[in-house]
Order: sequence, then C-alpha cells, then structure tokens
Amino acid sequence: MEGFTPIPSLAGGILIGLSAAALLLFDGRIAGISGIVGGLVRPQPGEVGWRAAFVAGLVAGGLVLRALDPPALALQLDRSLGAVVLAGLLVGLGTRLGNGCTSGHGVCGIGRGSVRSMAATITFMLAGGLTVAVIGHLLGGRV
Amino acid sequence: MAALAAFVAGVVFALGLGVSGMTRPGKVLAFLDVTGRWDPSLAFVMLGAIGVYAPLSRLVLRRRTPVCAAVFALPTRRDIDARLLAGAAVFGVGWGLAGLCPGPAVTALASGKTTALAFVAAMVAGMAAAHALERALAARVEPTGAGGRGGR
Repeated sequence: MEGFTPIPSLAGGILIGLSAAALLLFDGRIAGISGIVGGLVRPQPGEVGWRAAFVAGLVAGGLVLRALDPPALALQLDRSLGAVVLAGLLVGLGTRLGNGCTSGHGVCGIGRGSVRSMAATITFMLAGGLTVAVIGHLLGGRV
Repeated sequence: MAALAAFVAGVVFALGLGVSGMTRPGKVLAFLDVTGRWDPSLAFVMLGAIGVYAPLSRLVLRRRTPVCAAVFALPTRRDIDARLLAGAAVFGVGWGLAGLCPGPAVTALASGKTTALAFVAAMVAGMAAAHALERALAARVEPTGAGGRGGR
C-alpha cells in the first residue's frame, strides 16, 4: 500500500477547503458532494445549473489529474464488481438519508461547528473502520 | 457567473482530492484500517480542509449575500436523530466496502474505468431509492398531504 503522505494530504485538504469556501462566497452553497449530486437526481427548478457546473468541474479536474498524475486515477482496488456496486448503493442511500457525506458533514459541517455533522462524521468513520476490520479479519480481505 | 464559479470550485475540489490521496481507494481503506496497516494520512486532509474552511466560511458569512446568488443556503437543523445516524452508518459501510465516497467517485468518472462508472451508477440509484423512501415515509406521517416532500 502507499505510505504515509502527510504533506500532500494536508496540501490537498487545503485545496478542498479553499474550493468549499469559494462555493460559499460566490454561490452561497455548502460543498457537500452527495447533496449536490442528490439535487441532480431529484431536480428542482433553479437548482440544476450550479450543481451541474460543479459536477462538470469535478470531472474536468479528474481529467487534469488523469493527464498529470495517472496513479491518482488508476483506481487500484482489490474488490469484486459486485462489492463495488453494493458499496455505491449503500453510499447513495446512506448519504441521502444522513443528509451528507465526507465533504458536507466531515469538512463543511464540522468547519461550521455543527454538532449534527460531528455526530454523522464519527458514525460513518466508525462504520467504515468496522467494515474494513470485518472484511480484513473475518472475510480474509476478499469481497 | 454563478455556474462558472461553481465549475472552477469543482475543478479545484477534484485537484484537492487527487493531491490528497482521496481518489485512491486503497489509501482510503488503509486510513480506515485502524486494526491493520493503518495509514493516518487522510486525517491530514480533514485537518487541512477544516483548517481553511472554518475561518474562511466565518469571514464569508459576514457578508449579507453571496457574490453571485441572492442568499446563503445553509443547513439549519441542529438535532441528532435516528435517521441521521442510520444514514451515516449505511454510508460508512459503503465507504469501507470500496474506499470511495461521492466526491472522489464523481472525480474518478474521468478515468473511464468500470469501477468508477459502476459505483456512480449504483450511487445514483441508491440516492433515488432514498428519495422514494423519503416520500413514502412523508406520505405515512401525513396521509392527506398529496406527494408532500418531507419538509424540514
């Protein structure tokens, strides 16, 4: 597995924080990706343009990454396609029911001092850690 | 202008995800693998992001309005209810299963890889299922409300 990378991780985090602050300054919106995508899955009048633009920006940024740093988008993952599909379903369902994900709760919510977001973040981190532990120790690392 | 700002914010967000390691599922899984080969790097992503967003968002919210929009659309709920925790737990299981959360997954669509396409397609289906569930619950709570959207 890749090693410990505190400096790039901190630098990337700073970019994420700057982007979220810019979205708040210009559009008055929270940079919660699940909420932004969820608003496209269930479109409301006047709510589509900025969301579609942000999502297009994410993919455009992904294309830049793919060109400049291919390993960042290589998606090395030792999981079956079935596990990936199940994971996607759970992530979609859970983030809508829980009103947010790593960005909306974990960065923006905690950044604004929301206790609700702190509770959600602790919960999804514990659930994620437990899932990895169960797969690693009980299922032999293969799903 | 509002859309252009959102587009640029999206690009910067994706670059941040890529630089930080969040688009590498293996690295995310290693961060969650506290009982195994733990890689604490991603704690630094949160540190950097929150460290920047906390002061800047306070500064921004001193303004009366955003630059390109009429109002700041901010979450107002403060209660911690079962739905929040259950949803977060379900999300956490999915995150631990494949090492992808929504931002990195959408960014990874640019890879064109089956893993990204399948994950995002399933994620959108999961979101649609949550919306349907929400409507069903709202209809049960308020039987007379024709197609109410579960107001906050």
